[in-house]
Formats: sequence, structure tokens, C-alpha cells
Amino acid sequence: MELFGTVSLELLRGFGQTLEIFFLTLAFAIPLGLPICFGSMSKFLPLRILTRSIVWVIRGTPLMLQLIVVFFGPGLLFSLPAMGRKEAVILAFSINYACYFSEIYRGGIESISKGQYEAGQVLGLTQTQIFFRIILLQVVKRVLPPMGNEIITLVKDTSLARVIAVYEVMWMGESFIKSDGLIWPMFYTAVFYLLFSGVLTVLFDRIEQKLDYFRG
Amino acid sequence: MPVLEVTQIKKSFGSLPVLKGIDFSLEQGQVLAIIGSSGSGKTTLLRCLNFLETPDSGEITVNGQRLLWGNEAQIRKNRIHFGLVFQSFNLFHQYTVLENVTLAPTLLKRGTKEEIRANAEQLLAQVGLSNKQDAYPYQLSGGQQQRVAIARALALQPEVLCFDEPTSALDPELTGEVLRVIRSLKSGRNTMIVVTHEMEFAKCVADVVIYMADGKIEEIGTPEEVFDSPRSEKTRTFLRGAHTKF
Repeated sequence: MELFGTVSLELLRGFGQTLEIFFLTLAFAIPLGLPICFGSMSKFLPLRILTRSIVWVIRGTPLMLQLIVVFFGPGLLFSLPAMGRKEAVILAFSINYACYFSEIYRGGIESISKGQYEAGQVLGLTQTQIFFRIILLQVVKRVLPPMGNEIITLVKDTSLARVIAVYEVMWMGESFIKSDGLIWPMFYTAVFYLLFSGVLTVLFDRIEQKLDYFRG
Repeated sequence: MPVLEVTQIKKSFGSLPVLKGIDFSLEQGQVLAIIGSSGSGKTTLLRCLNFLETPDSGEITVNGQRLLWGNEAQIRKNRIHFGLVFQSFNLFHQYTVLENVTLAPTLLKRGTKEEIRANAEQLLAQVGLSNKQDAYPYQLSGGQQQRVAIARALALQPEVLCFDEPTSALDPELTGEVLRVIRSLKSGRNTMIVVTHEMEFAKCVADVVIYMADGKIEEIGTPEEVFDSPRSEKTRTFLRGAHTKF
């Protein structure tokens, strides 16, 4: 029982790190996705090509690789002072997730019918008014399900932080294999992930219900 | 002085000429019906008038003032002279019926909140939808949605109100209610342009009828002239075909 307490405490400590990575990544990636989205929809071809190339590279390579490059790259390639492990994790995760989010935003924006824009235009509204007063909420409603998907993936992707030795919950679980030959703390980590993704699922359901008052 | 004067509007999409020089003018309170087959340029003409398309050349003059194609702000100012009711209604999904009508006047600061609301309520009463003020668009029939769209366009008191096939997306039993609302607007001072396939409606509501073919005005005149004694052979053929045959 004492052991269970110790394990719980250690895992909880690791889970604190997990949550920190999770929330900071979201805080940066959700807004950062917007300029990337606008870049990949830009009428200015060079900008569009540049943005879409970045998105291609980021989506086309493993997040684990990006994590390693961000953490070791500056020091080994340019002899820059190393950044903190946590900072590297947040930076790599934010860029990676912003690229995925930007594509979700793009899909949402492009799925809104031209008629909604034109109705706003003939009523003399500005582009800004049309986007913020008419289009945005419809886009939010449409991107909620894919965003929920992506955000739940992020919960589990935080475990990749261990490759540059950030002590998140999986690292903690595994440490009991090494030190005490115990496998069950590993299974125990799953409980943390399940509970947290359960909370997120309920939260997303709530928001979807909130926006259920209109269609389209 | 005419409310609206259109001179030599030309428009091509790529190498395809859609409007080949359109001229007409309208006096205050007149109703113009534009008829013609699909692809004859009717809708493009309305979209040019509402500055959703930029013509390659030509002039649009409202109340003696020539409108210029310029930056976004200029175009927005031009649009204020016109209203447009779309074939597919295009109500704003997330707003109630009342909010759909008040949104633009509110954002354009066309009066106090109370004035805008009172005006919107009056317009909704006029189109027979007072009891639907708090409904959302998806809860309405197509005919009701289109009547809201008409009220929404009227709320900005445009000098010329345009209708782009306002009943083409409706079930047959719902066209009547929309056409009656449009006819009721004629008694006011509203100058209107209606692109339509409803020949009977054009005949009894319009003051001027234009038959368009291949991007040109093939025939223009009073309903009697165009429908009863068309001068052009093309018009005759079109009108014969317009009566449902099977």
C-alpha cells in the first residue's frame, strides 16, 4: 500500500509535466495556426508555397525527430547555448501542432459557402466584419470535431517528451521497471491518460452542444 | 432624372464574353423584370450592379452620380445603393431572423439600437414573419427564409433592390408567398430589378421587361410589348419555350 502511494505520487508528479506540456502547447499552437492557415490560403503565390512547404515538412516528419532537432540542433550545428528541455518540447510541439491546426482551420474556412461572404458584402460590411461577425463562429462549429481529435492526440504525444529526458508521466512509470522491476505502474499511467482524455471528450461534447442552436 | 442608368456594361470570364454591352435606365419606383435562358448573362449583370463582379468596361450611374470601381472602401460605398436578394437566400446561420435583419444596420451605425430594432420588426411584419423573429434560419421554410432575406435587404433602404431568381430554389407551393411579397413592395417607392423565370409574374408586376440572350439585350419594352408582340424572332422562340411543355 505504501508502494502504491509512492508510485501514485511519482506518477502524479510526472503527470504535472504532461499537463504543462499539453496546456502550453495548446496556448501557443491554437493562435499560431491562424497565420499559418492564412499563409497557406494566400493569393500571393511565394507565400503560399513557402507556408505549404513548411506544413509539408512538419507534417511529413516524426514529431520525435523534430523534438531532437530542436533540442540538439542549435547547439551542435551553430554552437548556440542549449535551451531548456521543457522549452524545446514546447517549441517543437507548438510548431508541429500549429501546422496540423492550420490545415483544420483551412478546411473549416473553405467549407463555408461563398453565399455567406457575398450576403455580407452586398450589405456593405467590411471584410473584417464579415470574418468576425459571420464566418468565424460557423468555422468554429465546423472545426470542433477535428480539433477534438487532434487535441486528444496531443494528450498522448506529450509522452514523446521523454526522448529528451523531460520527466513526464510515462518516464516516471518506466522508472519503476528499471528500479523495482515493476510493470504495473506502466499500466497505471494509462489511467491518467484515459481520465484526462475522458474529461476532454466531455468538454468538447459540451462546447458542441453549446453551438447546436444553429445549423450550417 | 433616372434612379439608375447603366451604360455599355461589358464583362468576360477569360475568353468567354458574358455581357456584351448592356444599356438601360430605370425611373424611381419602376420594376424591371429580366428574363432569358440560363447563361444569357442575367445573373452576371445583377452581380455587376452589386459590385460582386467587376465589369471590364461600362458605367453605372445612380441618381446622376457615376459610381467608380476603386478600393474596397469605395466599392462598399457603391454597394449601399443596391440591395440583393439571392437565389439561395444566404441568411446568416447563427443569427435569429431579427438579428439577420438588424446586423448590417447595426454594424453600419444606421441609427440607435431601438430604431434599428423597431424598423426591423416593422419590415418583418411587412413580409408576414412577425411570429418568427426569434427563429433560426434552419427552422424556416425556404419561402420564409427568402422573405427574411427580403426584409434584410430592405433594412438598408437601398435605392435599387435586386432579386436574383428569388423563387428558383423554392418548392412550387412556396413561390407564391415570395412573389406576393415582392409585388407588395411595388406599391412603395422601391425601384426593383427582378431576374426571373416566372413569366406570369413578370407580366403583371413589371413596368419594363428585358429579354436577354447571349449577353445582349435582345428585346426591351413594356410587358405588353415584350410578351404580346415581341419584335425579335429569338424572343418569340424563347417565350414559346417558356410555357411548360412535355
